[in-house]
Amino acid sequence: MRKKAAQTDILQGTLDMLILQTLAPGPAHGHTIAYAIERRSEEVLLVEHGSLYPALHRLEDRGWIASFWGTSENNRKARYYRLTAAGRKQLTEEMSRWELVVRAVNRVLRPAEDERA
Amino acid sequence: MSWRKFIRRRWWDEERGREIAAYLETETVENIARGMPPADAAAAARRKFGNPGAVREEIYRMNTIDWLESTWQDLHYAARGLRRAPGFAAVAILSLALGMGANTAIFQLLDAVRLRSLPVVRPKELAEVKIAGGNHGMGLNQQYGELTRPLWDMIRDKQQAFAGTFAWCANQRYIGRGSEMRHFDEMQVSGDFFRVLGVPPFRGRLLGPQDEGACPSSTAVASYAYWQSELGGRDIASGIKVYADNELLEIVGVTPPEFFGMAVGEKFDLALPFCQPKDGLRRDIFEVSVMGRLRPGGTIERASAAMDVLSPGIFEATIPPGRDPRTIQTYKHFRLAVYPASGGVSQLREQYDKSLWLLLGITGLVLLIACANLANLMLARSSARGREIAIRLALGASRGRLLRHLLAESGLLALAGGALGIALAGPLSRVLIWSITPEGETVNLQVATDWRVLLFAAAAAILACIIFGALPALRASNSQPAEAMKTGGRGMTAGRERLSLERIMVVTQISVSLLLLVGALLFVRSFRNLMTFNPGMRVGGITAGFLGFWQSNVPPDRWLEYKRELLEEVRATPGVLDAATTSNAPLLGSSWEHGVRVGSVEDTSKFTWVSPGYFNTMGIPVVRGRGFDRNDTAASTRVAVVNQTFVRRLLAGADPIGRTLRTGQEPGYPSTVYEIVGVIPDTQYNDLRGKTPPMTFEPASQLPSPGPWTGLLIHSNIPAAALSSTIKRRLAATNPDVIAELSDFEQDVHNGLAPDRLMAMLTGFFGILAAVLAMIGLYGVISYMVARRRNEIGIRVALGAKRGQIVSLVMRESAYLLAIGIAIGMAVSLAAGRSAGSLLFGLKPYDAPTLLAAAVLLAVVAAAASFVPARRASKLDPMAALRDE
Repeated sequence: MRKKAAQTDILQGTLDMLILQTLAPGPAHGHTIAYAIERRSEEVLLVEHGSLYPALHRLEDRGWIASFWGTSENNRKARYYRLTAAGRKQLTEEMSRWELVVRAVNRVLRPAEDERA
Repeated sequence: MSWRKFIRRRWWDEERGREIAAYLETETVENIARGMPPADAAAAARRKFGNPGAVREEIYRMNTIDWLESTWQDLHYAARGLRRAPGFAAVAILSLALGMGANTAIFQLLDAVRLRSLPVVRPKELAEVKIAGGNHGMGLNQQYGELTRPLWDMIRDKQQAFAGTFAWCANQRYIGRGSEMRHFDEMQVSGDFFRVLGVPPFRGRLLGPQDEGACPSSTAVASYAYWQSELGGRDIASGIKVYADNELLEIVGVTPPEFFGMAVGEKFDLALPFCQPKDGLRRDIFEVSVMGRLRPGGTIERASAAMDVLSPGIFEATIPPGRDPRTIQTYKHFRLAVYPASGGVSQLREQYDKSLWLLLGITGLVLLIACANLANLMLARSSARGREIAIRLALGASRGRLLRHLLAESGLLALAGGALGIALAGPLSRVLIWSITPEGETVNLQVATDWRVLLFAAAAAILACIIFGALPALRASNSQPAEAMKTGGRGMTAGRERLSLERIMVVTQISVSLLLLVGALLFVRSFRNLMTFNPGMRVGGITAGFLGFWQSNVPPDRWLEYKRELLEEVRATPGVLDAATTSNAPLLGSSWEHGVRVGSVEDTSKFTWVSPGYFNTMGIPVVRGRGFDRNDTAASTRVAVVNQTFVRRLLAGADPIGRTLRTGQEPGYPSTVYEIVGVIPDTQYNDLRGKTPPMTFEPASQLPSPGPWTGLLIHSNIPAAALSSTIKRRLAATNPDVIAELSDFEQDVHNGLAPDRLMAMLTGFFGILAAVLAMIGLYGVISYMVARRRNEIGIRVALGAKRGQIVSLVMRESAYLLAIGIAIGMAVSLAAGRSAGSLLFGLKPYDAPTLLAAAVLLAVVAAAASFVPARRASKLDPMAALRDE
């Protein structure tokens, strides 16, 4: 159990960031979030939609998102999630850190391109 | 993980369930909208989602505290397991409770007499000033008296080491007048006593320096208990006045209920201030205990050093008068030192300290036997569950998890046993206190379940749990699943190795039981020796007592005559065969000593001043010369009767009749020459155990400075209780102001044996308990062995083995264990015996008959315990045993 968690640590952090990002424009329920991430990550980060729910639970635990029961587009009851103030701050931090990492990794992987530029 | 979610984890689980259901529904509807047939739509939605159960479980696990959850599960499971085996649970809990209850009770008593501090403010700061190495028996010594009043005055005025000092002493005095008279426990205190101790008044005011004055004192403070029981709890402000030894006292206050004075196990009734006698303070009565409160940050060592510096001046200024130069030199070289006194003082402590530690050790061993028993039971249980454990392991349970699971059961038992043990400890320690309380007296001990006791009980429970739980659990969790499944308890023969742990347990039990049985037999025999010991004088049928007439107006020059009249009154009482007065009764602890010189030999001898009937009354024969008669008066030649030790030690065995002895000079006792007129055989002096010292007896009429009191010994053929009420009635009619206290001499002597009785009773009880526990243990192991070797025994029987051969096969096994256990037990007994040596009377700790008797007793018990399963094995039907296979 613990080993598996360690392996997916990076992916999990990314998933968390993606969820926050998906919620940035406004509240959404699980089904919507799942499809949004699936679309954007080209199914790399979310093979099964079910694995979204533990992540949602974890984020709610940390106080980055809050949830409420609402009515969906097609008039069904669904649990909606919205970004909290802390979540918004977390998202900005994660994104800048992410960009830092990506830039650093890119420089390592493609030094020539960097020099040319 | 949050506590809120942990507490509501079931609700959250359901909530997530609803959410997942909502997803699946939405997805299904959308799938249908995309054109899927409805039957496939739901399945496709579930595929998209993954495993809902796994998701819910993952979320649930996020909400739990893993160890808490699993511990709870383990305990729950263990409780269910125990409920299914109520017999096992009852035996386990009861034997643990008994073991732990006994331990806790002894510890409670030890805590009360030894470890607990006085109920005063910051008791750790209290310290007592004593003469380093004691005063070598100089002068008169009262109980708890370490220093004289003049020494106290010097210390009070000169010391710098303490933030405050005080002194106190305890006495027996009489309250009320005439037939209303009864005695009370007086505590005399210096002015600062209550202030330095920090004891607040419960009612009225407590004593202060202004109360110290000329004798007699006119104010007193009552203890709460005395105020309630004897003074009726009356209002202090309205004035309570009592007569104490004819002097009027006003009770000005009451101390708080928890304050019992300075002596643990005792009490005080009234506290009176120190007073200055008309003819000054005596420098040779060591009657007071001087204590002080250390300065903040001060240490015992520093205070001790300060007192040491003061010593020469203080002793130089308080030299007792009328002593020989050598004694004065010794006195001048005394040094004061400071000792911790946070626990006050206690005679009980000195009397019982060793016994209680020894008993704590013994009860610890009993607990060990109980634990070994339980370990065996647990082993048997876990073997029976071998397959279950193997399956759990095979299915991937971690060993740690399994260990915890198995430990939960023993933890639950230890918890239940411990709780019941603490509940048992209260009544048990009350029984203990009752058993050390001398007849007709009270021992005032507060036995409470304080944190120290609880800590002790908890430690005992945890230790027990580890001993009896961990070993079997470790072994079970180490089992190889494949192996266990294969044999599954159906092997043809039981491997030797499988039983080795049980064997070790049984051997331990047998050896520890032997140790306890040896101890029990030693103490029971020692007590019996004491009870049947002939001290060289009559003990049964004697009534001992005390007559005091300081409340009558008899002039001192008539005291001698008045005592004779009182004695005649006693002798004339029906039922009295003989009676005599004595300065001090034998065997009851009091001592009277003078330095003597015979020719050139110098030594000390015990002195007893008796009336002519003494030797007859006590049944002591005069083997040479004569006893005393009415012709030995204050005016005639001073005469003495000596014992044989005196003759040996001071006369080198020569014929003593006609020889003289000279006493050393002491205040009130001028150096005097006595002519030896008779010899008596050696008798015990003031206790049953001591070696007989040189003793001399002198006529009461020749006592240099008599007081208005005398000891009394009566030989009669009617019971002491009846006799004493008759005598008191007669005396009250003729001499109403005389105080008479009478009691059964034999009873009094036996009261002195209370520590021995306690040891005999408790070691006996624990010895029997240990033997019973060991028997259960052996029975269990042999039965288990028989059960495991059922097939083997069946085959043996089928092949023609006789019943006797089967019995001997099983008995051999237990004989083997017994032999090892007894051998180890003997060695341990011999080694441990030394610590008990000083408590024994009339036998040595390596007493061969005792060791042999204990071994035989244990062997018989063991044989009985293993014969039952052996017989069962021999009755085995081979067909049935083999068919099972």
